[in-house]
Amino acid sequence: MENGINIEGVSKGYGKVQALRGLSLTVRPGELFGLIGPDGAGKTTLFRILTTLLLADQGRATVCGRDVVQEMMRIRQLVGYMPGRFSLYPDLSVEENLRFFATVFQTTVEENMDLIRDIYVQIESFRKRRAGKLSGGMKQKLALCCAMIHRPEVLFLDEPTTGVDPVSRVEFWDMLDQLKTQGITILVSTPYMDEASRCDRIALMRDGQLLSVGTPSAIRSSYTHSLWAVRSAAMYPLLKDLRAFPATFSCFAFGDTHHLAFREEALKNKTEDQLKEELTAYLVEKKHTDLLLTKIEPGIEDCFMSLR
Amino acid sequence: MKQFISFIQKEFYHIFRDGRTLFILLAMPIVLLILFGYAITTEIKMAPVTILDYSRDAVTRSIADRLMASEYFELYRYSENQDDVQALFRQGKAKLAIVFPPHFADDRDSRVQILADATDPNEATQLASYAAAIIQAELWEEQRIEMTTLADGGRVTPVTHLLYNPQMKGAYNFVPGVMGLILILICALMTSVGIVREKEMGTMEVLLVSPLKPLSIIVAKAIPYLLVSMVNVATILMLSYFLLEVPIVGSLTLLIGISILYALVALSLGLFISTVTQTQQAAMLISALVLMLPVILLSGMVFPVENMPRLLQWFSHIVPAKWYIIAVKDVMIKGVPLSGVLKEVGILLFMAFFILVLSVKRFKTRLE
Repeated sequence: MENGINIEGVSKGYGKVQALRGLSLTVRPGELFGLIGPDGAGKTTLFRILTTLLLADQGRATVCGRDVVQEMMRIRQLVGYMPGRFSLYPDLSVEENLRFFATVFQTTVEENMDLIRDIYVQIESFRKRRAGKLSGGMKQKLALCCAMIHRPEVLFLDEPTTGVDPVSRVEFWDMLDQLKTQGITILVSTPYMDEASRCDRIALMRDGQLLSVGTPSAIRSSYTHSLWAVRSAAMYPLLKDLRAFPATFSCFAFGDTHHLAFREEALKNKTEDQLKEELTAYLVEKKHTDLLLTKIEPGIEDCFMSLR
Repeated sequence: MKQFISFIQKEFYHIFRDGRTLFILLAMPIVLLILFGYAITTEIKMAPVTILDYSRDAVTRSIADRLMASEYFELYRYSENQDDVQALFRQGKAKLAIVFPPHFADDRDSRVQILADATDPNEATQLASYAAAIIQAELWEEQRIEMTTLADGGRVTPVTHLLYNPQMKGAYNFVPGVMGLILILICALMTSVGIVREKEMGTMEVLLVSPLKPLSIIVAKAIPYLLVSMVNVATILMLSYFLLEVPIVGSLTLLIGISILYALVALSLGLFISTVTQTQQAAMLISALVLMLPVILLSGMVFPVENMPRLLQWFSHIVPAKWYIIAVKDVMIKGVPLSGVLKEVGILLFMAFFILVLSVKRFKTRLE
């Protein structure tokens, strides 16, 4: 059976707010697919429609070739779902949570231990501890175990790494890599752009629409502007001055540097180096010190910011 | 089936691991019974009495002794004169005063004056009539009141005989009431909060995206609370039997059967509340306001339904507790068999079925 996901023109509104606007997407069987977008982009709504929890206003969707409306109960046996917020029983121990979800999905922990072993060993020493007393990363690992204890065909993970420390986030993605080798299709959403490169393919999402779909490298290479990281002693005035520079296409604050893209017209009759010198002179004139200008490769976030 | 049992097991974990709630669940019936049994009571016990005796003869003394021997009255002290009596009333030291005129024993037409503090009118009437009855009984024994027959054209003395509850104990009334209250509280409130908590925590999302049937989620949620409420019924019955000395005249099986039926009504009400609320607080508030208040006010537990305005009387028909309390009183205190409470049982059966169907229909298999 083909365990892919197919979405055709799905729309969903809550009163006046339109959460999804005619969204279409195909996730191939066995793919680790990332849905990247800020809060309020409509990611959770899409997950809930695919997991049969919500009905779309328009359009249709299939999971494993089954319609999410007509074959609701069948899909509920085939998928694993990990909602955005912590959704285990805090007053049950790690072991009891796992055992409960295994029985609910008509299986046993022992039967599918091989599937979750790599993750479970990391929390096994806490198996008597109440789930509510676990750390954020541990909770997510347990939730993932619970979501896949019944060997689902498709795994839906809604922002699994939100609120998790950076080390645990890396570990979590390592685990998803392992799961992929089992042939499970994984649809995962995240607001962290840096996690996008861990996916086979990603879709950038904003305001209920997809901005771009492709492999992370394809999306990065679609970014055509010349991109520079700029730093100086006074970062906030620098941002304003950079935006006021005539050849600037866009400039956004990115952590400890500003990412500056030049206009394509500006590069028609000048080389990059000429522009760089012009900019340096301009910034020195604006009394910026400790200047640092480096040409950089675009990241997913740069692509996301440039799509509008 | 394994799914189902493991779900019930999980529910018991929730109940047993929340120590405070468990304590409240188990202690509530005991506290309520003791409150109603000893604190909130309309029974007369040891009311302070003063006696103004101008006669001071053997008869008045024996009347006074008999009054004080009863558990209703206790002598505060003898008064010297009328002013003294007034002062005791004003200070609230006495609730009742008995005044014997001079030469009480010698005079055939003697009258006794009974004064009562009527700031609490019900209590005053009760005190006065109790005192009058005791005095009459003593005089009759002393042969001072002649029991004449109708043929002589004399007076008729009515002899009152109180059926089922000769001692007029309040417990006979409030034990069924407390049972009605506790069952609603535990079954409806706890079930609705239990289900809504899963909605609030987000675990309902996961449960819905599982092969579990919605009906088994509902039933598995309800069963543990049904069991807890049966423990409560047992506690209440034992306490009322051994401590408050309320007899169980009728069939115990029938009594428990009716209680289970009523618990089912309460459980389905809880389910229904859970389908219309999204937060635990809302569920708790609705359970308390929509269920508890009518149970206390409209079920006949505190105020007799017959004395209410017509509109409220009609409204009381849809309060399940009313029918339950009627049935429990009939079975427990009057010893009525099943055939005597068919109407009440029928109404409760209908209510359980109707609300259950309604809430299962309303229970959403999706999030909206």
